[in-house]
Amino acid sequence: MCMTIRMTTGTIMRGMTMLDDFLVRAGLAGVGLSLATGPLGSFVVWRRMAYFGDATAHAAILGVALALATDLPVGFGTLVVALAMAATVAGLAARGWAMDTTLGVLAHSALALGLVAVSFVPGARTDLSAWLFGDILAVSRADLGFIWGGAVLVVGLLVWRWQGLLTATLSEELAYASGIKPDRERLILTLALAVVVAVALKVVGALLIAALLIIPAAAARGLARTPEAMAAGATAIGALACLAGLALSLWQDTPAGPSIIVAAAAVFAATASLGRLIRN
Amino acid sequence: MPGVQGRGMSLIAAEGISVRLGGADVLRGVSLSVAAGEIVTILGPNGSGKSTLLRALLGIVPLTAGRVVRTAGLRLGYVPQRLAIDPSLPITVRRFLSLPVAVTDAQAAAALVRAGLPEVAGRQMAALSGGQLQRVLLARALLSDPQVLILDEPTQGLDQSGEAAFYRLIEDVRHATGVAVLMVSHDLHVVMAASDRVICLNGHVCCEGTPQVVSSAPEYRALFGLGTLGALALYQHVHDHSHDDGHDHAGHDHA
Repeated sequence: MCMTIRMTTGTIMRGMTMLDDFLVRAGLAGVGLSLATGPLGSFVVWRRMAYFGDATAHAAILGVALALATDLPVGFGTLVVALAMAATVAGLAARGWAMDTTLGVLAHSALALGLVAVSFVPGARTDLSAWLFGDILAVSRADLGFIWGGAVLVVGLLVWRWQGLLTATLSEELAYASGIKPDRERLILTLALAVVVAVALKVVGALLIAALLIIPAAAARGLARTPEAMAAGATAIGALACLAGLALSLWQDTPAGPSIIVAAAAVFAATASLGRLIRN
Repeated sequence: MPGVQGRGMSLIAAEGISVRLGGADVLRGVSLSVAAGEIVTILGPNGSGKSTLLRALLGIVPLTAGRVVRTAGLRLGYVPQRLAIDPSLPITVRRFLSLPVAVTDAQAAAALVRAGLPEVAGRQMAALSGGQLQRVLLARALLSDPQVLILDEPTQGLDQSGEAAFYRLIEDVRHATGVAVLMVSHDLHVVMAASDRVICLNGHVCCEGTPQVVSSAPEYRALFGLGTLGALALYQHVHDHSHDDGHDHAGHDHA
Protein backbone atom coordinates (compact mmCIF):
# COMPACT_ATOMS: atom_id res chain seq x y z
CA MET A 1 0.00 0.00 0.00
CA CYS A 2 2.60 2.50 1.07
CA MET A 3 4.41 1.69 -2.13
CA THR A 4 1.70 3.32 -4.20
CA ILE A 5 1.69 6.48 -2.11
CA ARG A 6 4.93 7.78 -3.61
CA MET A 7 3.80 8.34 -7.12
CA THR A 8 6.81 7.35 -9.11
CA THR A 9 6.28 5.06 -12.03
CA GLY A 10 8.94 2.67 -10.82
CA THR A 11 7.37 1.96 -7.46
CA ILE A 12 3.91 1.62 -8.96
CA MET A 13 5.27 -0.88 -11.46
CA ARG A 14 6.97 -2.78 -8.68
CA GLY A 15 3.76 -2.71 -6.67
CA MET A 16 1.75 -4.10 -9.56
CA THR A 17 4.30 -6.83 -10.14
CA MET A 18 4.20 -7.74 -6.49
CA LEU A 19 0.48 -8.36 -6.86
CA ASP A 20 1.41 -11.09 -9.33
CA ASP A 21 2.81 -13.06 -6.44
CA PHE A 22 0.11 -15.30 -5.01
CA LEU A 23 1.60 -15.05 -1.52
CA VAL A 24 1.48 -11.25 -1.52
CA ARG A 25 -2.13 -11.36 -2.69
CA ALA A 26 -2.96 -13.90 0.03
CA GLY A 27 -1.31 -11.75 2.69
CA LEU A 28 -3.10 -8.61 1.50
CA ALA A 29 -6.41 -10.51 1.45
CA GLY A 30 -5.92 -11.60 5.05
CA VAL A 31 -4.91 -8.14 6.25
CA GLY A 32 -7.80 -6.49 4.39
CA LEU A 33 -10.32 -8.91 5.84
CA SER A 34 -8.92 -8.36 9.34
CA LEU A 35 -9.65 -4.64 9.07
CA ALA A 36 -13.35 -5.52 9.04
CA THR A 37 -13.38 -8.61 11.26
CA GLY A 38 -11.60 -6.82 14.14
CA PRO A 39 -14.26 -4.23 14.95
CA LEU A 40 -17.20 -6.35 13.71
CA GLY A 41 -15.94 -9.38 15.63
CA SER A 42 -15.75 -7.23 18.75
CA PHE A 43 -19.43 -6.41 18.40
CA VAL A 44 -20.21 -10.08 17.77
CA VAL A 45 -18.48 -10.91 21.07
CA TRP A 46 -19.99 -8.01 23.06
CA ARG A 47 -23.51 -8.73 21.85
CA ARG A 48 -23.14 -12.52 22.06
CA MET A 49 -23.91 -12.96 18.39
CA ALA A 50 -21.57 -15.91 17.81
CA TYR A 51 -24.31 -18.25 16.69
CA PHE A 52 -25.78 -15.44 14.62
CA GLY A 53 -22.46 -15.23 12.79
CA ASP A 54 -22.45 -18.99 12.30
CA ALA A 55 -25.94 -19.03 10.81
CA THR A 56 -25.09 -16.23 8.40
CA ALA A 57 -21.77 -17.79 7.41
CA HIS A 58 -23.22 -21.25 6.89
CA ALA A 59 -25.89 -19.80 4.63
CA ALA A 60 -23.06 -18.68 2.34
CA ILE A 61 -22.71 -22.24 1.01
CA LEU A 62 -26.29 -22.06 -0.21
CA GLY A 63 -25.37 -18.76 -1.85
CA VAL A 64 -22.46 -20.44 -3.62
CA ALA A 65 -24.74 -23.17 -4.95
CA LEU A 66 -27.32 -20.68 -6.19
CA ALA A 67 -24.67 -18.48 -7.80
CA LEU A 68 -23.05 -21.41 -9.60
CA ALA A 69 -26.42 -22.73 -10.78
CA THR A 70 -27.46 -19.35 -12.18
CA ASP A 71 -24.04 -18.26 -13.50
CA LEU A 72 -23.94 -15.23 -11.22
CA PRO A 73 -20.73 -14.14 -9.47
CA VAL A 74 -20.20 -16.22 -6.32
CA GLY A 75 -19.56 -13.11 -4.22
CA PHE A 76 -22.93 -11.71 -5.25
CA GLY A 77 -24.75 -14.96 -4.53
CA THR A 78 -23.24 -15.33 -1.06
CA LEU A 79 -23.93 -11.67 -0.27
CA VAL A 80 -27.60 -12.01 -1.18
CA VAL A 81 -28.15 -15.28 0.70
CA ALA A 82 -26.14 -14.09 3.72
CA LEU A 83 -28.21 -10.91 3.79
CA ALA A 84 -31.43 -12.92 3.60
CA MET A 85 -30.28 -15.21 6.41
CA ALA A 86 -29.08 -12.31 8.59
CA ALA A 87 -32.35 -10.46 8.04
CA THR A 88 -34.35 -13.59 8.91
CA VAL A 89 -32.41 -14.14 12.11
CA ALA A 90 -32.64 -10.47 13.09
CA GLY A 91 -36.39 -10.53 12.40
CA LEU A 92 -36.90 -13.62 14.56
CA ALA A 93 -34.78 -12.10 17.31
CA ALA A 94 -36.94 -8.98 17.27
CA ARG A 95 -40.04 -11.16 17.72
CA GLY A 96 -38.46 -12.72 20.77
CA TRP A 97 -37.96 -16.30 19.58
CA ALA A 98 -35.85 -18.60 21.71
CA MET A 99 -32.67 -17.61 19.91
CA ASP A 100 -30.35 -20.40 20.93
CA THR A 101 -32.50 -23.13 19.43
CA THR A 102 -33.69 -21.07 16.48
CA LEU A 103 -30.16 -20.12 15.48
CA GLY A 104 -29.01 -23.71 15.89
CA VAL A 105 -31.77 -24.92 13.59
CA LEU A 106 -31.12 -22.19 11.01
CA ALA A 107 -27.32 -22.45 11.03
CA HIS A 108 -27.17 -26.18 10.49
CA SER A 109 -30.12 -26.34 8.12
CA ALA A 110 -28.57 -23.65 5.95
CA LEU A 111 -25.28 -25.51 5.83
CA ALA A 112 -26.90 -28.87 5.02
CA LEU A 113 -29.20 -27.33 2.43
CA GLY A 114 -26.23 -25.58 0.84
CA LEU A 115 -24.20 -28.79 0.68
CA VAL A 116 -27.12 -30.67 -0.89
CA ALA A 117 -27.69 -27.85 -3.38
CA VAL A 118 -24.00 -27.71 -4.32
CA SER A 119 -24.08 -31.44 -5.12
CA PHE A 120 -26.50 -30.69 -7.98
CA VAL A 121 -24.14 -28.16 -9.56
CA PRO A 122 -21.74 -29.90 -11.96
CA GLY A 123 -18.11 -29.32 -11.07
CA ALA A 124 -18.76 -27.53 -7.79
CA ARG A 125 -18.54 -30.74 -5.80
CA THR A 126 -14.85 -31.00 -6.49
CA ASP A 127 -13.98 -27.62 -4.88
CA LEU A 128 -16.28 -28.08 -1.96
CA SER A 129 -13.45 -27.86 0.53
CA ALA A 130 -12.48 -24.47 -0.93
CA TRP A 131 -15.92 -23.12 -0.05
CA LEU A 132 -15.91 -24.73 3.36
CA PHE A 133 -12.35 -23.89 4.44
CA GLY A 134 -11.33 -21.11 2.08
CA ASP A 135 -8.72 -20.92 -0.64
CA ILE A 136 -6.69 -17.89 0.28
CA LEU A 137 -3.71 -18.96 -1.83
CA ALA A 138 -5.92 -18.75 -4.94
CA VAL A 139 -7.05 -15.17 -4.33
CA SER A 140 -7.03 -13.27 -7.63
CA ARG A 141 -6.62 -9.54 -8.17
CA ALA A 142 -10.36 -9.25 -8.66
CA ASP A 143 -10.93 -11.15 -5.40
CA LEU A 144 -8.53 -8.78 -3.70
CA GLY A 145 -10.53 -5.80 -4.94
CA PHE A 146 -13.76 -7.43 -3.70
CA ILE A 147 -12.24 -8.21 -0.29
CA TRP A 148 -10.76 -4.75 0.26
CA GLY A 149 -13.84 -3.03 -1.11
CA GLY A 150 -16.09 -4.98 1.24
CA ALA A 151 -13.76 -4.49 4.20
CA VAL A 152 -13.52 -0.74 3.67
CA LEU A 153 -17.30 -0.57 3.34
CA VAL A 154 -17.78 -2.42 6.63
CA VAL A 155 -15.18 -0.34 8.48
CA GLY A 156 -16.78 2.83 7.11
CA LEU A 157 -20.23 1.71 8.30
CA LEU A 158 -18.96 0.84 11.76
CA VAL A 159 -16.93 4.03 12.20
CA TRP A 160 -19.87 6.12 11.01
CA ARG A 161 -22.28 4.53 13.51
CA TRP A 162 -19.69 3.76 16.21
CA GLN A 163 -21.09 5.84 19.10
CA GLY A 164 -24.65 4.72 18.50
CA LEU A 165 -23.66 1.08 18.06
CA LEU A 166 -21.67 1.13 21.26
CA THR A 167 -24.43 2.83 23.26
CA ALA A 168 -27.05 0.39 21.98
CA THR A 169 -24.72 -2.51 22.79
CA LEU A 170 -24.22 -1.31 26.38
CA SER A 171 -27.90 -0.71 27.04
CA GLU A 172 -30.88 -0.46 24.71
CA GLU A 173 -32.63 1.71 27.30
CA LEU A 174 -29.78 4.21 27.41
CA ALA A 175 -29.81 4.25 23.63
CA TYR A 176 -33.55 4.97 23.46
CA ALA A 177 -33.23 7.72 26.06
CA SER A 178 -30.51 9.33 23.92
CA GLY A 179 -32.65 9.20 20.80
CA ILE A 180 -30.80 6.23 19.28
CA LYS A 181 -32.88 3.47 17.73
CA PRO A 182 -31.37 0.11 18.71
CA ASP A 183 -33.22 -1.58 15.82
CA ARG A 184 -31.39 0.59 13.32
CA GLU A 185 -28.03 -0.17 14.92
CA ARG A 186 -28.83 -3.88 14.82
CA LEU A 187 -29.60 -3.54 11.12
CA ILE A 188 -26.20 -1.92 10.52
CA LEU A 189 -24.48 -4.87 12.20
CA THR A 190 -26.62 -7.34 10.25
CA LEU A 191 -25.61 -5.67 6.99
CA ALA A 192 -21.95 -5.57 7.98
CA LEU A 193 -22.04 -9.23 8.93
CA ALA A 194 -23.49 -10.25 5.56
CA VAL A 195 -20.81 -8.27 3.71
CA VAL A 196 -18.03 -9.78 5.82
CA VAL A 197 -19.35 -13.29 5.19
CA ALA A 198 -19.37 -12.72 1.44
CA VAL A 199 -15.87 -11.24 1.58
CA ALA A 200 -14.38 -13.83 3.93
CA LEU A 201 -15.63 -16.89 2.07
CA LYS A 202 -12.58 -17.01 -0.20
CA VAL A 203 -10.17 -16.47 2.70
CA VAL A 204 -11.26 -18.86 5.46
CA GLY A 205 -14.40 -20.52 4.08
CA ALA A 206 -17.94 -20.78 5.43
CA LEU A 207 -17.07 -22.97 8.40
CA LEU A 208 -14.35 -20.74 9.82
CA ILE A 209 -15.70 -17.22 9.24
CA ALA A 210 -17.24 -17.07 12.70
CA ALA A 211 -13.91 -18.19 14.16
CA LEU A 212 -12.10 -15.31 12.45
CA LEU A 213 -14.67 -12.93 13.92
CA ILE A 214 -14.61 -14.26 17.46
CA ILE A 215 -11.12 -15.54 18.25
CA PRO A 216 -9.08 -12.37 17.53
CA ALA A 217 -11.63 -10.24 19.42
CA ALA A 218 -11.57 -12.62 22.37
CA ALA A 219 -7.77 -12.60 22.27
CA ALA A 220 -7.71 -8.80 22.35
CA ARG A 221 -10.15 -8.61 25.29
CA GLY A 222 -7.64 -9.37 28.02
CA LEU A 223 -5.27 -6.63 26.90
CA ALA A 224 -7.77 -3.83 26.25
CA ARG A 225 -9.22 -1.17 28.56
CA THR A 226 -11.55 0.50 26.06
CA PRO A 227 -13.81 -0.80 23.28
CA GLU A 228 -11.70 0.96 20.66
CA ALA A 229 -8.50 -0.63 21.93
CA MET A 230 -10.16 -4.04 21.78
CA ALA A 231 -11.36 -3.50 18.21
CA ALA A 232 -7.94 -2.29 17.08
CA GLY A 233 -6.26 -5.15 18.93
CA ALA A 234 -8.60 -7.64 17.26
CA THR A 235 -7.66 -6.26 13.85
CA ALA A 236 -3.95 -6.48 14.63
CA ILE A 237 -4.27 -10.02 15.99
CA GLY A 238 -6.41 -11.05 13.02
CA ALA A 239 -3.86 -9.72 10.55
CA LEU A 240 -1.03 -11.36 12.47
CA ALA A 241 -2.92 -14.67 12.50
CA CYS A 242 -3.50 -14.46 8.75
CA LEU A 243 0.19 -13.90 8.05
CA ALA A 244 1.31 -16.53 10.57
CA GLY A 245 -1.21 -19.01 9.21
CA LEU A 246 0.02 -18.41 5.69
CA ALA A 247 3.60 -18.97 6.80
CA LEU A 248 2.62 -22.19 8.55
CA SER A 249 0.76 -23.31 5.47
CA LEU A 250 3.77 -22.55 3.28
CA TRP A 251 6.33 -24.35 5.42
CA GLN A 252 4.33 -27.31 6.62
CA ASP A 253 1.97 -27.61 3.64
CA THR A 254 -1.06 -27.34 5.92
CA PRO A 255 -4.45 -26.03 4.67
CA ALA A 256 -4.27 -22.23 4.80
CA GLY A 257 -7.71 -21.38 6.21
CA PRO A 258 -7.52 -23.69 9.22
CA SER A 259 -3.88 -22.67 9.76
CA ILE A 260 -4.99 -19.04 10.13
CA ILE A 261 -7.53 -20.02 12.77
CA VAL A 262 -4.95 -22.17 14.57
CA ALA A 263 -2.60 -19.15 14.67
CA ALA A 264 -5.42 -16.98 16.04
CA ALA A 265 -6.20 -19.59 18.68
CA ALA A 266 -2.52 -19.65 19.68
CA VAL A 267 -2.57 -15.86 20.15
CA PHE A 268 -5.74 -16.24 22.21
CA ALA A 269 -4.08 -18.80 24.47
CA ALA A 270 -1.09 -16.49 24.90
CA THR A 271 -3.09 -13.34 25.70
CA ALA A 272 -5.47 -15.24 27.98
CA SER A 273 -2.61 -16.45 30.16
CA LEU A 274 -0.90 -13.05 29.93
CA GLY A 275 -4.13 -11.35 30.99
CA ARG A 276 -4.42 -13.68 33.96
CA LEU A 277 -0.83 -12.92 34.94
CA ILE A 278 -1.47 -9.16 34.78
CA ARG A 279 -4.61 -9.43 36.89
CA ASN A 280 -3.02 -11.58 39.60
CA MET B 1 -43.70 24.31 48.33
CA PRO B 2 -40.62 23.56 46.33
CA GLY B 3 -41.28 22.59 42.76
CA VAL B 4 -44.29 24.81 42.30
CA GLN B 5 -42.29 27.36 40.32
CA GLY B 6 -42.70 25.52 37.04
CA ARG B 7 -46.29 24.47 37.31
CA GLY B 8 -48.33 24.46 34.19
CA MET B 9 -45.23 24.21 32.03
CA SER B 10 -45.20 20.49 31.42
CA LEU B 11 -41.91 19.14 30.07
CA ILE B 12 -43.06 15.60 29.51
CA ALA B 13 -46.51 14.14 29.98
CA ALA B 14 -48.40 10.89 29.53
CA GLU B 15 -51.98 11.35 28.36
CA GLY B 16 -54.16 8.36 29.08
CA ILE B 17 -51.58 5.81 28.04
CA SER B 18 -52.22 2.07 28.07
CA VAL B 19 -49.62 -0.62 27.53
CA ARG B 20 -50.19 -4.31 26.87
CA LEU B 21 -47.26 -6.67 27.33
CA GLY B 22 -47.50 -10.40 26.67
CA GLY B 23 -51.30 -10.30 26.70
CA ALA B 24 -51.54 -8.50 30.05
CA ASP B 25 -52.69 -4.93 30.55
CA VAL B 26 -49.73 -3.45 32.38
CA LEU B 27 -50.89 0.16 32.24
CA ARG B 28 -54.47 1.33 31.87
CA GLY B 29 -55.20 4.95 31.04
CA VAL B 30 -52.31 6.48 32.96
CA SER B 31 -51.86 10.25 32.86
CA LEU B 32 -49.10 12.21 34.49
CA SER B 33 -47.07 15.27 33.79
CA VAL B 34 -43.73 16.59 35.00
CA ALA B 35 -43.13 20.34 35.20
CA ALA B 36 -39.80 22.16 35.26
CA GLY B 37 -37.86 21.85 38.49
CA GLU B 38 -40.16 19.47 40.40
CA ILE B 39 -39.35 16.06 41.83
CA VAL B 40 -42.07 13.52 41.10
CA THR B 41 -41.92 10.01 42.48
CA ILE B 42 -43.90 7.04 41.23
CA LEU B 43 -44.64 4.53 43.97
CA GLY B 44 -46.15 1.13 43.52
CA PRO B 45 -45.81 -2.53 44.46
CA ASN B 46 -43.94 -5.03 42.30
CA GLY B 47 -45.67 -5.57 38.98
CA SER B 48 -47.59 -2.31 39.23
CA GLY B 49 -46.14 -1.07 35.94
CA LYS B 50 -43.71 1.53 37.34
CA SER B 51 -40.80 0.63 35.12
CA THR B 52 -43.10 0.08 32.17
CA LEU B 53 -44.44 3.60 32.64
CA LEU B 54 -40.92 5.04 32.45
CA ARG B 55 -40.15 2.87 29.44
CA ALA B 56 -43.32 4.11 27.77
CA LEU B 57 -42.30 7.72 28.43
CA LEU B 58 -38.89 6.99 26.89
CA GLY B 59 -40.50 5.40 23.83
CA ILE B 60 -39.12 1.93 24.50
CA VAL B 61 -42.45 0.10 24.76
CA PRO B 62 -45.26 0.72 22.27
CA LEU B 63 -48.52 2.24 23.54
CA THR B 64 -51.87 0.60 22.87
CA ALA B 65 -53.68 3.83 23.70
CA GLY B 66 -52.95 7.43 24.63
CA ARG B 67 -49.86 9.43 23.83
CA VAL B 68 -46.68 10.86 25.29
CA VAL B 69 -46.15 14.60 24.88
CA ARG B 70 -42.72 16.19 25.17
CA THR B 71 -41.85 19.85 24.80
CA ALA B 72 -39.97 20.48 21.59
CA GLY B 73 -36.27 19.61 21.81
CA LEU B 74 -36.59 18.16 25.30
CA ARG B 75 -33.22 17.14 26.78
CA LEU B 76 -33.69 13.98 28.77
CA GLY B 77 -31.28 12.26 31.15
CA TYR B 78 -31.97 8.65 32.01
CA VAL B 79 -30.57 6.55 34.85
CA PRO B 80 -31.58 2.91 34.33
CA GLN B 81 -32.36 0.51 37.14
CA ARG B 82 -29.21 -1.42 36.43
CA LEU B 83 -26.55 -1.64 33.80
CA ALA B 84 -25.28 -5.13 33.12
CA ILE B 85 -22.12 -4.73 31.10
CA ASP B 86 -21.05 -7.91 29.35
CA PRO B 87 -17.67 -8.97 30.80
CA SER B 88 -16.33 -9.20 27.25
CA LEU B 89 -16.68 -5.43 26.84
CA PRO B 90 -13.83 -3.42 28.37
CA ILE B 91 -14.78 0.17 29.07
CA THR B 92 -13.49 2.83 31.42
CA VAL B 93 -15.72 5.28 33.26
CA ARG B 94 -14.20 8.08 31.19
CA ARG B 95 -15.08 6.35 27.92
CA PHE B 96 -18.58 5.53 29.15
CA LEU B 97 -19.25 9.19 29.90
CA SER B 98 -18.61 9.99 26.23
CA LEU B 99 -21.50 7.82 25.03
CA PRO B 100 -23.23 8.64 22.84
CA VAL B 101 -21.96 12.24 22.73
CA ALA B 102 -18.24 12.83 23.15
CA VAL B 103 -17.42 15.13 26.08
CA THR B 104 -14.15 16.79 27.05
CA ASP B 105 -12.05 15.57 29.97
CA ALA B 106 -13.01 18.72 31.89
CA GLN B 107 -16.74 18.10 31.35
CA ALA B 108 -16.38 14.48 32.38
CA ALA B 109 -14.46 15.42 35.52
CA ALA B 110 -17.01 18.08 36.45
CA ALA B 111 -19.90 15.63 36.04
CA LEU B 112 -18.15 13.08 38.24
CA VAL B 113 -17.52 15.71 40.92
CA ARG B 114 -21.18 16.75 40.81
CA ALA B 115 -22.20 13.11 41.22
CA GLY B 116 -19.87 12.91 44.21
CA LEU B 117 -17.45 10.50 42.66
CA PRO B 118 -14.19 12.15 41.61
CA GLU B 119 -11.15 10.10 40.66
CA VAL B 120 -12.85 7.09 39.12
CA ALA B 121 -12.47 8.19 35.48
CA GLY B 122 -9.75 5.64 34.79
CA ARG B 123 -11.52 2.70 36.44
CA GLN B 124 -13.22 -0.10 34.54
CA MET B 125 -17.03 0.12 34.72
CA ALA B 126 -17.15 -3.54 35.73
CA ALA B 127 -14.96 -2.82 38.77
CA LEU B 128 -17.36 -0.27 40.32
CA SER B 129 -19.52 -1.03 43.35
CA GLY B 130 -23.29 -0.73 43.06
CA GLY B 131 -23.34 2.74 44.59
CA GLN B 132 -20.47 3.97 42.43
CA LEU B 133 -22.15 2.64 39.30
CA GLN B 134 -25.37 4.52 40.14
CA ARG B 135 -23.38 7.73 40.56
CA VAL B 136 -21.55 7.21 37.28
CA LEU B 137 -24.89 6.63 35.54
CA LEU B 138 -26.13 9.86 37.12
CA ALA B 139 -22.99 11.73 36.02
CA ARG B 140 -23.51 10.51 32.46
CA ALA B 141 -27.17 11.55 32.51
CA LEU B 142 -26.18 15.03 33.74
CA LEU B 143 -23.69 15.52 30.91
CA SER B 144 -26.47 16.13 28.40
CA ASP B 145 -27.57 19.11 30.56
CA PRO B 146 -31.04 17.56 30.89
CA GLN B 147 -34.29 19.37 31.59
CA VAL B 148 -35.76 16.15 32.95
CA LEU B 149 -33.92 13.41 34.78
CA ILE B 150 -35.65 10.02 34.76
CA LEU B 151 -34.47 7.46 37.31
CA ASP B 152 -35.71 3.88 37.56
CA GLU B 153 -35.30 2.61 41.13
CA PRO B 154 -31.88 4.23 41.33
CA THR B 155 -31.05 2.94 44.80
CA GLN B 156 -31.70 -0.73 44.22
CA GLY B 157 -28.94 -2.72 45.84
CA LEU B 158 -27.73 0.15 48.02
CA ASP B 159 -27.85 0.00 51.82
CA GLN B 160 -29.98 2.48 53.74
CA SER B 161 -27.33 5.11 54.24
CA GLY B 162 -26.28 4.82 50.62
CA GLU B 163 -29.90 5.20 49.64
CA ALA B 164 -30.39 8.34 51.73
CA ALA B 165 -27.15 9.80 50.40
CA PHE B 166 -28.25 9.17 46.83
CA TYR B 167 -31.58 10.93 47.30
CA ARG B 168 -29.80 13.88 48.98
CA LEU B 169 -27.58 14.01 45.92
CA ILE B 170 -30.63 14.11 43.62
CA GLU B 171 -32.02 17.02 45.61
CA ASP B 172 -28.68 18.84 45.49
CA VAL B 173 -28.54 18.40 41.75
CA ARG B 174 -32.07 19.71 41.38
CA HIS B 175 -31.18 22.76 43.44
CA ALA B 176 -27.99 23.41 41.52
CA THR B 177 -29.35 22.87 38.01
CA GLY B 178 -33.13 23.25 38.24
CA VAL B 179 -33.60 19.90 36.56
CA ALA B 180 -36.98 18.20 36.91
CA VAL B 181 -36.81 14.68 38.32
CA LEU B 182 -39.13 11.76 37.67
CA MET B 183 -38.23 8.63 39.55
CA VAL B 184 -39.59 5.27 40.45
CA SER B 185 -39.29 3.70 43.82
CA HIS B 186 -40.84 1.26 46.20
CA ASP B 187 -39.05 2.43 49.33
CA LEU B 188 -41.53 4.78 50.87
CA HIS B 189 -39.93 6.74 53.64
CA VAL B 190 -36.78 8.07 52.03
CA VAL B 191 -38.58 8.96 48.84
CA MET B 192 -41.48 10.69 50.54
CA ALA B 193 -39.13 13.16 52.14
CA ALA B 194 -37.38 14.04 48.89
CA SER B 195 -40.41 14.42 46.61
CA ASP B 196 -42.64 17.35 45.73
CA ARG B 197 -45.29 15.07 44.36
CA VAL B 198 -45.99 11.36 44.67
CA ILE B 199 -47.99 9.23 42.27
CA CYS B 200 -49.27 5.85 43.45
CA LEU B 201 -49.44 3.40 40.62
CA ASN B 202 -51.04 0.01 40.35
CA GLY B 203 -51.68 -0.42 36.64
CA HIS B 204 -53.58 2.86 36.88
CA VAL B 205 -52.98 6.00 38.94
CA CYS B 206 -54.48 5.26 42.35
CA CYS B 207 -53.77 8.59 43.94
CA GLU B 208 -51.53 11.55 43.47
CA GLY B 209 -50.44 14.59 45.46
CA THR B 210 -47.90 15.92 47.93
CA PRO B 211 -46.28 13.27 50.12
CA GLN B 212 -48.50 14.38 53.03
CA VAL B 213 -51.70 14.15 51.02
CA VAL B 214 -50.80 10.82 49.52
CA SER B 215 -49.65 9.19 52.73
CA SER B 216 -53.09 9.80 54.24
CA ALA B 217 -55.05 8.85 51.14
CA PRO B 218 -57.09 5.63 51.54
CA GLU B 219 -55.86 4.37 48.17
CA TYR B 220 -52.28 4.70 49.34
CA ARG B 221 -53.04 2.91 52.60
CA ALA B 222 -54.78 0.15 50.73
CA LEU B 223 -51.77 -0.15 48.45
CA PHE B 224 -49.09 -0.22 51.12
CA GLY B 225 -50.79 -0.97 54.40
CA LEU B 226 -50.43 1.23 57.44
CA GLY B 227 -46.95 2.10 58.55
CA THR B 228 -45.52 -1.10 57.17
CA LEU B 229 -42.29 -0.92 55.27
CA GLY B 230 -42.06 -1.77 51.59
CA ALA B 231 -41.36 -5.47 51.38
CA LEU B 232 -44.16 -6.59 53.66
CA ALA B 233 -46.75 -4.29 52.13
CA LEU B 234 -45.99 -5.54 48.64
CA TYR B 235 -47.48 -8.92 49.38
CA GLN B 236 -50.49 -7.67 51.28
CA HIS B 237 -51.81 -5.77 48.36
CA VAL B 238 -55.34 -6.73 47.32
CA HIS B 239 -56.42 -3.32 46.17
CA ASP B 240 -57.70 -3.26 42.62
CA HIS B 241 -60.54 -0.82 42.26
CA SER B 242 -61.84 0.96 39.22
CA HIS B 243 -61.90 4.69 38.89
CA ASP B 244 -64.98 4.71 36.70
CA ASP B 245 -67.03 6.06 39.57
CA GLY B 246 -65.46 9.43 38.99
CA HIS B 247 -63.24 10.02 42.00
CA ASP B 248 -60.25 10.69 39.83
CA HIS B 249 -57.39 12.23 41.73
CA ALA B 250 -55.05 12.87 38.86
CA GLY B 251 -53.18 16.10 39.25
CA HIS B 252 -55.65 18.51 40.84
CA ASP B 253 -55.72 17.83 44.52
CA HIS B 254 -52.30 18.95 45.60
CA ALA B 255 -50.37 22.14 46.36
